[in-house]
Amino acid sequence: MANTFAVPKDIPEIVYEPSQGLVPINFRELWEFRELLYFLTWREFKVRYKQAALGVAWAILQPLLTMVIFSVIFGQLAKLPSDGVPYPVFSYVGLLPWQFFATALTHASTSLVGNSNLLTKVYFPRLFIPLSAVTAGLVDFGIAFVILIGMMLYYGIAPTWNVLWLLPLLILALLTSVAVSLWLSALNVQYRDVQYAIPFLVQAWMYASPVAYSTGLIPAHGLWRVIYGLNPMAGVIQGFRWALLGGSPPDILMAISTFMVLVLLLSGLVYFKKMEKSFADVV
Amino acid sequence: MSDLSIRVEELGKLYHIGASRGAYKYKTLRESLIQAVNASLQRILNPRSSISGADTIWALKDVTFEVKQGEVVGIIGRNGAGKSTLLKVLSHITEPTRGRVRLRGRVGSLLEVGTGFHPELTGRENIYLCGSILGMKRSEINHKFDEIVAFADVEKFLETPVKRYSSGMYVRLAFSVAAHLQPEILLVDEVLAVGDTEFQSRCLGKMGDVAREGRTVLFVSHNMGAIETLCKKGILIEQGSIKELGNIHDVVAKYVHMNLIQQEEPFKNCSRSGNGKIRITGFHLENPDGNMIAHAVSGSPVVFVISYQTNGDRCDDVSVGISVHQSNDANIFMYYSNFSNVLFSNLPRTGEFRCLFPECSLAPGDFLVRFRIIDHGIEVDWPKIAVPISIHMGDYYRTGSFDGRLLDFRPPVLVRGEWSIKARS
Repeated sequence: MANTFAVPKDIPEIVYEPSQGLVPINFRELWEFRELLYFLTWREFKVRYKQAALGVAWAILQPLLTMVIFSVIFGQLAKLPSDGVPYPVFSYVGLLPWQFFATALTHASTSLVGNSNLLTKVYFPRLFIPLSAVTAGLVDFGIAFVILIGMMLYYGIAPTWNVLWLLPLLILALLTSVAVSLWLSALNVQYRDVQYAIPFLVQAWMYASPVAYSTGLIPAHGLWRVIYGLNPMAGVIQGFRWALLGGSPPDILMAISTFMVLVLLLSGLVYFKKMEKSFADVV
Repeated sequence: MSDLSIRVEELGKLYHIGASRGAYKYKTLRESLIQAVNASLQRILNPRSSISGADTIWALKDVTFEVKQGEVVGIIGRNGAGKSTLLKVLSHITEPTRGRVRLRGRVGSLLEVGTGFHPELTGRENIYLCGSILGMKRSEINHKFDEIVAFADVEKFLETPVKRYSSGMYVRLAFSVAAHLQPEILLVDEVLAVGDTEFQSRCLGKMGDVAREGRTVLFVSHNMGAIETLCKKGILIEQGSIKELGNIHDVVAKYVHMNLIQQEEPFKNCSRSGNGKIRITGFHLENPDGNMIAHAVSGSPVVFVISYQTNGDRCDDVSVGISVHQSNDANIFMYYSNFSNVLFSNLPRTGEFRCLFPECSLAPGDFLVRFRIIDHGIEVDWPKIAVPISIHMGDYYRTGSFDGRLLDFRPPVLVRGEWSIKARS
């Protein structure tokens, strides 16, 4: 350890004063703290399955069991069309991004309140709290994806070059989750109603998204398709199915969904930054 | 501000309290909607009313001071005076309502021991997690890892989840991580009040090292001894404003004086019985070095100091009694000095009776203390008031493995004996 120590002359002055209007995002600071995002994500993931006897196996069991139930009810009993693909694979591909989104929502919405001890005792970019709750789900996503590969092999479904679109689609799913999480986590600090509404919201949102059924059920043209596209997850799931299983390519629905994601993300960031300064006082 | 490290200009922090109308209070959506309608109506009807005074409190107001680079400044004041709020604003946790803070250098804040620790994670994992939350880079943590572990003395338990740690180990590790943070400006809030005495002095030593390295340190504590050792400058805060600023010894003296007056207040107008030859005028706690302390620590020495005044009449065989009660007034013990064959005579006109308890055996918690003076079996003074004291967690058993917080039910006193086992033939 050095015995003498001097403040380098080039250290910039930091000023804290009451903020007004739009609060800009400090990207430099986010970059400086990037390792913290990694550690928080890693903590989220580690703690999530601690003291669970089956541990990480839950990352597979959750979508897998849901897929089985869907296959029996929607596939066998209701005989919903599945775009010419075996229903289990069809629903599992939808469940992958959906589970990622739903888990992100559930964990991120309570993340700020759950970390109130951090909010009131130490400063770091608050954005990282809901963000890490979302990114921790990427690990589960990766694990569940391995099962999908197995299923595609089993059913003999060969991927096409469209599979390259998976990465941008995953980023879109990530952005969707982040956008909604920013809104819900910040709202929950003020209004604890949010955490009670989440289970219902997740359930309703799932039925509003093409998880168990195909977007083919929505009229191909006209107003209904536009309205349906307002759900940002509709585009994401449609895109996933197309990239992995083929079928009808993304259309206007996808475009509207993507646009919605951007709207939600920007407004979410503005709202989060506006509320951020009062988190420590309110939480 | 070339050689300035911190400059605080007319800083103000407003908190909204109050039952339901606080804008920053956690609330339900319904309340909020009603309030939004009300507020906009109010604004239309009465455009000039801004922040109403009733529901708000200025935790800090017009606070202005400067700290030079390398200075170690002690911040003192009573609970709720605004010390912690000041540190929170300086560490960017909360935004000021008015004024401005200018800082030069990386700020590290240590407002609580164990911030960022997760009970499920192992010691090793928590060092990385906590370190990065406090603002250390991973390479920095790697570099200091062995030092951190050695200082905390937890080599053997690195792979154990910290929830299985004893409270002593937990605190040691948590402090150790934080102590190895090397920012240009370090803000520390009353973290030395934890852990056993030996570890506390090690922490103080570490803080001294940090100060000697030329870093700027702002240090909040109720431990006047520690503050006077570490700091050269002091700031006394009272009700959100700076009351005194300057040489640490002057500031501490001012604070002690302020407290004495405060402590005498309840004895002035209370109802009392007795012949009045002697009157109890105040009560406070001190450590054996004679420094006033805000609370006692289980297992550590504490002095009960009872100030008095005589009316000049002769008193020969004075016995002073102290009784300690639980908050429901149930008596825990009563102790007159004559129980120990101590009778005071030739009393100075004003002075203080001092009773040293070498080892405070009260368990952590809040208690009430009452006093009575008798002379030759005749009641001299019995103020009908109870003074609250609080006892903090300490290492009563000298084992580091006792944590009073873990007991389901909280007995008011701690005892220690010698256990053994013997076979019977």
